[in-house]
Amino acid sequence: MFRAAVRLSVSGARSLTRTQPRCQAPLASRCYSHGKQETDEEFDARWITYFNKPDIDAWELRKGMNTLIGYDLVPEPKILEAVLRACRRLNDLASAIRILEAVKDKAGPHKDIYPYVIQELRPILSELGISTPEELGLDKM
Amino acid sequence: MLRLTSSRLGSLLAGRPTAALTFSIKGRAASQQSHEVSEAVDMSRSMYYDRVDMPLPDKPYKDVLSEAEQKLKQKEKGPWSQLTNEEKVALYRLKFCQSYAEMRAPSGEWKTVLGGMLFFLGFTGLVVWWQRIYVYPPNPRTLEDDWKAMQLQRMLDMRINPVEGVSAKWDYDKGQWK
Repeated sequence: MFRAAVRLSVSGARSLTRTQPRCQAPLASRCYSHGKQETDEEFDARWITYFNKPDIDAWELRKGMNTLIGYDLVPEPKILEAVLRACRRLNDLASAIRILEAVKDKAGPHKDIYPYVIQELRPILSELGISTPEELGLDKM
Repeated sequence: MLRLTSSRLGSLLAGRPTAALTFSIKGRAASQQSHEVSEAVDMSRSMYYDRVDMPLPDKPYKDVLSEAEQKLKQKEKGPWSQLTNEEKVALYRLKFCQSYAEMRAPSGEWKTVLGGMLFFLGFTGLVVWWQRIYVYPPNPRTLEDDWKAMQLQRMLDMRINPVEGVSAKWDYDKGQWK
């Protein structure tokens, strides 16, 4: 990501006038003036593959999750499903609940994102027996 | 062995904990050498943190589990639908200290800050007042009304600033301000 910023500044005004930087909101994209741009689907697929690793270990789960939350986006339900399954393989219910809290927090002022995510995750939440933070009363003080 | 007193811990956690030395060493027992006033934290081990931008810390909140807690951890290896809500919350609290709601909860610190500010502002006012009475020397003679009147008359006689200033505003024919 820093490399992209350097590229932009080094190439100068010339390249900016030639090509329009395409910045796609709301999901992740890098604004290059040239070079390949990863699509949303590629981004999602990459992360689903990461969490679908059968023998994922606890460190990789933590690292992946912390990195994903660091991005300027709310992860797709598909990715979160892979994360929750990884938590199941690691016998870690607490982290699964924590991740749902983190997703709600990432949505920020957009209050309609979290209910949508939970709605999409309902099948897997029932399948694995994960309760949402609201059901456990963890969303209150 | 690197040590850090808990008083400096707060400022360190305000930054990125990954910048701090977090090296997970399994099996090392916690050792406290001398009996210090403040509790020293072993900085060579992974630390727990509650951060909204890093949901999964390097280590669980509670490492040392009682018998009942260990049994609960065993039960966690089975189907989670068999856990009661209380057990699920207990598992959460074993791994994490504060929930997101608790992390985000407003603290009311601003009231203390504002109150303290106004208090010390008021105290300063009292100090200045006392100084005015007991410290300041008497006012110079030149600030008294009769002297100032004589000074102004002299300025008008000398035609000070006759274009746009004081003499311009004085009507010399009528002997009064314009």
